Amino acid sequence: MGKIALKRTSLYASGASPVNLLQARFYNEDCLVYDLEDSVPVQEKDAARLLVYNLVKYQRPTGKYVIIRVNGIYSEFIDEDLEAAVRARPDAIRIPKVEHGYEVQKIAARITEIEKAAGMEVGSTELWCNIESYMGVLNAREIAESDPRVVALALGAEDFTASMKASRTKASLEIFYARNAILMACRAAGVEAIDAVFSDINDVEGLKEDVKLTRNLGFDGKTVVHPRQVDVVNAAFTPSKKEINYALRVLAAIEEGKKEHKGAVTIGGDMIDKPMELRAQTTLAQARAAGINV
Amino acid sequence: MALNLKQTAVAGTMESSDVMVTVKPSSEPGLKIHIQSNVLTTFGDQIRAAVEEVMADFGISDAEVYLNDKGAIDCVIRARVQAAVCRASGEGFNWKGEDR
Repeated sequence: MGKIALKRTSLYASGASPVNLLQARFYNEDCLVYDLEDSVPVQEKDAARLLVYNLVKYQRPTGKYVIIRVNGIYSEFIDEDLEAAVRARPDAIRIPKVEHGYEVQKIAARITEIEKAAGMEVGSTELWCNIESYMGVLNAREIAESDPRVVALALGAEDFTASMKASRTKASLEIFYARNAILMACRAAGVEAIDAVFSDINDVEGLKEDVKLTRNLGFDGKTVVHPRQVDVVNAAFTPSKKEINYALRVLAAIEEGKKEHKGAVTIGGDMIDKPMELRAQTTLAQARAAGINV
Repeated sequence: MALNLKQTAVAGTMESSDVMVTVKPSSEPGLKIHIQSNVLTTFGDQIRAAVEEVMADFGISDAEVYLNDKGAIDCVIRARVQAAVCRASGEGFNWKGEDR
């Protein structure tokens, strides 16, 4: 999977339900999250693990970034979840409730062992870290920079507000700091930032307002819990004409620079670096995904 | 080494696209597979083959397997039989065996 793969929407599908897992691939989400954690009852963890393993390995959806969310780092299920999840060969494993960089390093080391045993390329399994507590937010940068496998941090707002003894509101002022702290950590580490779920699946207008803020703050995508949220969030991440034009100018300047064998190129005096090139490519990919002819 | 079935165990649900699998230890030799499905005429052989393959992977040759199929695809059937066998044997799944 290339680095500019779209991550506008990541839709959870319960590992307890084949129909849920099989139908989820037919929506327009960029990332499909096969869930072994919250949506699976304790007595069904073993069966869900086998179901997700078989579905990801043998019925993997095409054109989607595939993620498996495992159970918590300190749960009794994590070891076997990793054995199954790594061998299923998803694009990434999503770890819930990460609070420290050393937790990620421990998981990454275990993944390396499994990749070696399974004859896989070491490092091929990426990591998404869910930040769901005040401690996770305080340590967001350390977590984002803890291991090269980490490609994204995702805010979990419900658990975060619970850890803060805060109330969860639609206005979301209680998560404003957490959103920005995670974003800055992601930008510092060069990884993607995924915003929290908007929980009221019946409030489309509320979701539109929420995702407008998500995008304006700078997030790369948003987690969704219901298929009806997918198109609303994707639409919010559709770039404006101005953004598309700027992206085209950046890429054209890079091309021009290559032809003229220039080591560095600029637009309006601003140096164009690799992240700007990637951002421009992402903007155009988002535009194309939205049906805009660029 | 073959798994030893110690008790009757069930995995799966009666939801659409799923299959409820019951695995029972048997003192009689052979694998007896009982399938209930709306698509038995078309897919019966394929369902049976999927079950036989999983049981062979576990090295189990004597057992009764009941399937109440609600339109499950092959890999769902495999997953449910694997879960039922692990539950019936009391053993965890051998993930390293998948590396072969």
